[in-house]
Amino acid sequence: MTSLSYAVSDSVTMLRRNLKHTLRYPTIAVAVAGIPIFFLLLFVYVFGGALGTAVAGLSSGSTNYVDYVLPGLVVMTAATGSMGTATSVCIDMTEGIIARFRTMAIFRPSILIGRVIASMIQTMASMALLLGVALLMGFRPTANLGEWIAAIGLLVMLTFALTWLAVAFGLAAKTVDAASNLPFPFILLPFVGSGIVPTDSMSVGVRWFAAYQPFTPIIETLRGLLMGTPIANNALISVAWCAGITLIGYIWSRKEFARDRTR
Amino acid sequence: MTTTKTATAIAATGLRKSFGDHLVLDGIDLDVEAGTIFALLGPNGAGKTTVVRILSTLITADGGTIRVAGHDLARDPDAVRAAIGVTGQFSAVDNLLTGEENLILIADLGHLSRRQGRHRAAELLDQFDLVEAATKLAATYSGGMRRRLDLAMTLVGDPGIIFLDEPTAGLDPRGRRTMWQIIRDLVAGGVTVFLTTQYLEEADHLADRIALLDHGKVVAEGTAEELKRLVPGGHIRLQFATATGLESAARTLDGEVSRNDDELTLQVPSDGSARSLRAVLDRLDGESATVEKLSLHTPDLDEVFLALTGQPRTETERKV
Repeated sequence: MTSLSYAVSDSVTMLRRNLKHTLRYPTIAVAVAGIPIFFLLLFVYVFGGALGTAVAGLSSGSTNYVDYVLPGLVVMTAATGSMGTATSVCIDMTEGIIARFRTMAIFRPSILIGRVIASMIQTMASMALLLGVALLMGFRPTANLGEWIAAIGLLVMLTFALTWLAVAFGLAAKTVDAASNLPFPFILLPFVGSGIVPTDSMSVGVRWFAAYQPFTPIIETLRGLLMGTPIANNALISVAWCAGITLIGYIWSRKEFARDRTR
Repeated sequence: MTTTKTATAIAATGLRKSFGDHLVLDGIDLDVEAGTIFALLGPNGAGKTTVVRILSTLITADGGTIRVAGHDLARDPDAVRAAIGVTGQFSAVDNLLTGEENLILIADLGHLSRRQGRHRAAELLDQFDLVEAATKLAATYSGGMRRRLDLAMTLVGDPGIIFLDEPTAGLDPRGRRTMWQIIRDLVAGGVTVFLTTQYLEEADHLADRIALLDHGKVVAEGTAEELKRLVPGGHIRLQFATATGLESAARTLDGEVSRNDDELTLQVPSDGSARSLRAVLDRLDGESATVEKLSLHTPDLDEVFLALTGQPRTETERKV
């Protein structure tokens, strides 16, 4: 076998290990998928009646609030996914098995590659589950095939970016608690963006923050693709944010992974 | 794994390591002959685990040269990794996988074929008495089972050199004996074992050579016997039948004998050699004193340990 096929086979082995972990210790997976679904139910069935009428006229003209709130909650799923990833990575790093891997002649990056791919599968599956629940609740997207593909592409980029950042969090954190708390602000970002209500209705300071935080353009792009609202330059800004976060997460992860571990 | 016969499995010179401004290893030299058991003995915090971590490529040394299995560790760590197996102090098993899956995971990472991997896993499960537990999650294993699985995982790729960091810590006496037997069997099969321990008994029972590590320095090195001879305290104990016998012998041997009138015994300092024993007996030969019982006492490793590691840091290295 060549070193490339070793790299692939080691990464597949690590992926298989991480997927087995997800199935055998489903607590994290349940939280990743459950939190956005909980908010979906809360916002549509509890607040939706009041919010729906206020929001309806502003965007797509749909009268069902689920049509407005879903894109923000799909983006929130990328955030809960990153929380799961940071936690899993940190737990893994405290286990002796990683030290064992480091004393073996394997393709070392496979440890992180397997983790990133497993996390992406987990997060994207959670997004699909959320979408399924939303469809049952009356979510009616207007997207054509091309727009669906673009929307999925955007979510892959977002998930990839937050996963690498979460891997860095998990490697850098000294305790599992710290690792699971670091990505927590991401879960709140859809709230102080255009996830739940349009930013126009917010106070000046919050509106300024909402306009420049990464999730607003991503939510607006996703909403535009799924519901046909205007996208403008949000698509470009979204791609730039994703690329930037990916780069930071990747470089930081590599640096943390190469560090001597003495614990 | 290279099959060229190297007499030396592990050679380290001038090994140094600091964590921050804390000096952990202060220039140690180690030489481990292939096919033998080498024990690194020392109290907590002496630097034993750091040595294992450096030799097994987990962390890098600040200074010194290391060759493991004939490969320069700094230049070709992957060649070293391919030749070694490591069982650390803390269990290195995957708790969310079964025993069998753990072994197959390591086989996959060692690039064994699917069939070979399964075969090797079955073989090791059998050898380490884990057949019944094979399909249970490792999280449910007892301490002893976990340790056996850990070692079995280390052996999947048939490494020529095995590092065991405190292999019996936390095991009950039976588990300890089992582990000792496993280690002896490994060496009988041609493997080199480098182990750390704080149990003197363990080093004494298992090791061909022992290095005593204290404050980041090797304070003594040799076989268990050689180490025991390093410290004073060895003596010949003579038991007499009568008080007069004791009295006359004490007079003949005068000097540093210590006498116990209640037990009718004399203790004569001795290095444990046959010559010193004969000298004592020769001197008593002309006397009327009959020695009823004679026993030879050499200091055990505990005494060596205390005598050598209790020294201030300025203690210079002693080699046998």
